Amino acid sequence: MTTNVNAAAMTAPRAIIRPSRGWVSLRLGEFWEFRELLYFFVWREVKVRYKQTAIGAAWAIIQPLFTMLIFSLFFGRLAKVPSDGIPYPVFSLSGTVIWTFFANGLSQSASSLVDNSNLISKIYFPRLIIPVASVLSGLVDFAIGFMLLVVFMIGNGIHPTGRIIWLPAFVLLALASALGAGLWLSALNVEFRDVRYVVPFLVQLWMFATPVAYPSSLLHEPWRTVYALNPLAGAVEGFRWALVGTKYTPGSMFVVSAVMAAAALLSGAFYFRRMEKTFADLI
Amino acid sequence: MSARIIEVEGIGKRYWLHGRTRGYRTLRDTVSDVAGKPAQWARAMFGGAKNPARKEEKAHFWALKDVSFDVGHGEVVGIIGRNGAGKSTLLKVLSRITEPTTGIAKVYGRVGSLLEVGTGFHPELTGRENIFLNGSILGMRKAEIERKFDEIVAFAEIEKFIDEPVKRYSSGMYMRLAFSVAAHLEPEVLFIDEVLAVGDAAFQKKCLGKMGSISRTGRTVLFVSHNMSAVQSLCTRVVWLNRGQVHEFGDTRAVVSRYLQTAARSASEESWPDPENAPGNDKVRLKRVAVLPFDDRPITVETPFRIEIEFWNLLERATLNTAVEIFNHEEICVFSSFSRPQEMTPGSVTAVCHVPGELLNDALYRIKVFLVRDAREQLLIRDSVNFEVHDVEREVAYFGKWTGVVRPALRWTVDAQPDGIESQRQSVTVER
Ligand SMILES: Nc1ncnc2c1ncn2[C@@H]1O[C@H](COP(=O)(O)OP(=O)(O)OP(=O)(O)O)[C@@H](O)[C@H]1O
Ligand SMILES: [Mg+2]
Repeated sequence: MTTNVNAAAMTAPRAIIRPSRGWVSLRLGEFWEFRELLYFFVWREVKVRYKQTAIGAAWAIIQPLFTMLIFSLFFGRLAKVPSDGIPYPVFSLSGTVIWTFFANGLSQSASSLVDNSNLISKIYFPRLIIPVASVLSGLVDFAIGFMLLVVFMIGNGIHPTGRIIWLPAFVLLALASALGAGLWLSALNVEFRDVRYVVPFLVQLWMFATPVAYPSSLLHEPWRTVYALNPLAGAVEGFRWALVGTKYTPGSMFVVSAVMAAAALLSGAFYFRRMEKTFADLI
Repeated sequence: MSARIIEVEGIGKRYWLHGRTRGYRTLRDTVSDVAGKPAQWARAMFGGAKNPARKEEKAHFWALKDVSFDVGHGEVVGIIGRNGAGKSTLLKVLSRITEPTTGIAKVYGRVGSLLEVGTGFHPELTGRENIFLNGSILGMRKAEIERKFDEIVAFAEIEKFIDEPVKRYSSGMYMRLAFSVAAHLEPEVLFIDEVLAVGDAAFQKKCLGKMGSISRTGRTVLFVSHNMSAVQSLCTRVVWLNRGQVHEFGDTRAVVSRYLQTAARSASEESWPDPENAPGNDKVRLKRVAVLPFDDRPITVETPFRIEIEFWNLLERATLNTAVEIFNHEEICVFSSFSRPQEMTPGSVTAVCHVPGELLNDALYRIKVFLVRDAREQLLIRDSVNFEVHDVEREVAYFGKWTGVVRPALRWTVDAQPDGIESQRQSVTVER
């Protein structure tokens, strides 16, 4: 045993500690090494969330359900907003479920570093784990909301088609967008504490710019494709298209949104890694 | 003690002070600082603490400066030094929590670090859940935690409460559980920061015992402590840090004894003439802490002395009181005392605590100062000056170290019975 360690000592150090400069690699290998910790963080967040609230998992149903009811009343009934040929409640609920996943993931990851300041100043681990865990933990709420949606679809006699195999791709698109924005905001939040006040406002504006309560078919090409520069436009439309089966297949929207989400994710990850070295000192 | 397992070469760490002295930066500060200058804007956003906006450029200081030493495989090395010497910073750099500003360090082994016990404990989760969470945070694999689970629970002595949320634990139970998880870490290199300074005496003893057994299993340990007797019993070599620099590095006995001498000689007074830089906040700021002998001679076990605490009160009408805790070199709190709460208006306040003679034993002591509002809100806590209580020539022919934490002069009555009377008494007892 001892000889083993000594032999290792002769060869390569396990850790070389020195100042880094400029843009640094994402070190995804190390991230993978810490996957168990990621699992535990997700597990903690889910557990604590359901333990702390009085009605626990019911929140994951109440939130999209009431949003849908309000939308159906004001947009569907009163404003007569079109819904691409599907019943308006199903239309808006499908949008709400995927949107809520994105919005919660974004807000939670944005504050995640500051919320875990104690861990960051006392323990070493790849910091990326924290915002990633925040977004991933939202998948449980999403799954519950999704079941509600399935119940509504059955109630309205809507059956999914073969397109459903694309569904995970659009959930992933929403996840990548939430994480991309979350990485930027969480890193900024360490130094600029007023990011906390910016986030709710941002989420609200973003929702208006996303086809949750109205269809993107209100726009004509090429504006529809331009609209997909908001990656959530592609994610919400795609989610509906794959699950509920809207009439059009807005392929160009999907491509634009996917590119935007990937750009947000990559830039967010590199920015995060660049700022990471200051976290423990400032937090 | 063969191959080196840790090599530290010229490590320096610079901290920017804007985060501490001015509170966190807000976007508005940055916007107004760099308004109209996109390049600086970008620098503020992308450069992090390295390039803070202009005016703050000079507000930095070196918490570590050119620190070099190395540690052999299986060694237990102590890190000692006054408050703020940079001990915790050194461990943070070596465990990669924060980056050094200069220098390079190499660690040839799996590192576990313990800068605090119970990091990541969540009050809502049960003891069982927290063991897994905390173990994983400290770097254990899930399988490893499962294997050691029963041992951890047994060491913490909380078998019955393992499925209760830890918010229902007493603070003692909480500490025991937290330490127990940490004590079952098995890295090749372990960094420990002052975590033994918590809990009651019995628990501290148990922790020290565990530390001793850890060090005997051939693991390498870097151990920060103010507890010189623990350092002396556990460590082979000691790094003495002073203002971020290695003051001495070498054999434990020699370094510790010189450290204690210097600590004793170092001024028993600390003062901050400039309120701007004094420790404190927008409510109170310290001005001076001093330990003064009764007359001009050194403080001895027989002489009374006083502790003077001066501070600025910045609050309109507040009920404040001052408190002190006196610690010995083993970090045992010898006593604590507080003044009566008094209503005060803004201004300078001097509080004096009169300590009688014939109370403390000869040793080195440290004062912790508290400024308290409404007898419950601690506005300021600060580890402050050291002072030494000297021994005096004794009438009794015993020259060894007088044992005990305190050394009160107590009244004795001794009733010696000559033999004859004693046997009479006994006979009385027998008669009955
Ligand atoms: N994040 C930070 N930003 C700015 N200054 C800091 C930061 N962390 C620590 N410092 C400063 O660096 C110096 C060294 O701190 P450090 O915690 O390493 O001291 P220490 O030797 O561990 O002291 P103690 O015995 O009180 O634990 C102190 O003056 C402290 O105020
Ligand atoms: Mg410290």
